Amino acid sequence: MAVNPGVIGKTYPRAQYAVGREKIREYALAVGETNPLHLDASAAREAGHADVVAPPMFAVVYSLPVILTVLFDPEVGIDFPRLVHGGQEFEWGPLVVAGDEITTTVSVADVSERAGNGFYVFASESVNGQGETVCSGRWSNIVRAAA
Amino acid sequence: MQPGDEITPLAVTPDRYLTVRYAGASGDFNPIHIDEEFARQVGLPGRILHGLYTMAQVARAQTDAGGGPESLKRLSVQFRGMGLPERELVVTGTVTAVADGVATVECGCEQGAKRIIRNAEAELRLPDG
Repeated sequence: MAVNPGVIGKTYPRAQYAVGREKIREYALAVGETNPLHLDASAAREAGHADVVAPPMFAVVYSLPVILTVLFDPEVGIDFPRLVHGGQEFEWGPLVVAGDEITTTVSVADVSERAGNGFYVFASESVNGQGETVCSGRWSNIVRAAA
Repeated sequence: MQPGDEITPLAVTPDRYLTVRYAGASGDFNPIHIDEEFARQVGLPGRILHGLYTMAQVARAQTDAGGGPESLKRLSVQFRGMGLPERELVVTGTVTAVADGVATVECGCEQGAKRIIRNAEAELRLPDG
């Protein structure tokens, strides 16, 4: 397959995500969280938080809309049936709580080809309303060579 | 936490409809996770777990060990092999270093004999760090 290294450095319009209490609860229940900080607003307030706290991996929820834009960008040219998620890294800053507005930007960090496989790395950065980086991510995807 | 310590293993068996709930919760509706027929058509054994769901289980083992969500500073994983619903996932990890109030944990996730997340590394902020 042919990759397009010309897209390295491309950035995408920032996306805003309003973090809701019930969305955090829905996510927390889906991944099996039992910590009341994620599920019970009064428990979260007693622990000093404004509302329920997002589990760290909730970063997927507020980042994914922009990541999907990149994955579907014709200029990036990903062949979906051959796409596999190769690796993922997140680094977290201050906690995200219900009521936060998170703004995420994504860029293409790297594109390369080895043995017919395409390797794509996308970088995301999410900031809260105070301008603090709550999460930065590196999303590594592999488009397998045609059989 | 000291180097050599093992974190408490986390075991979970995603039920048959977990991938549907996770798709709704996360926004990742790739049909390989929710449509049995589609998954088979593209050469998979059936619907597979979302890698990021499995990573969330690795994250949960860390925040349980670290004492809460604020403890997880960084997590990096490599996805290998496919996770399947209705089979137990087991997350394990070993502390490899402690410095400047941060513990480094090498971890992974197995399903049966398959190591579906490997070369995973977490950094945990320690209390009083």
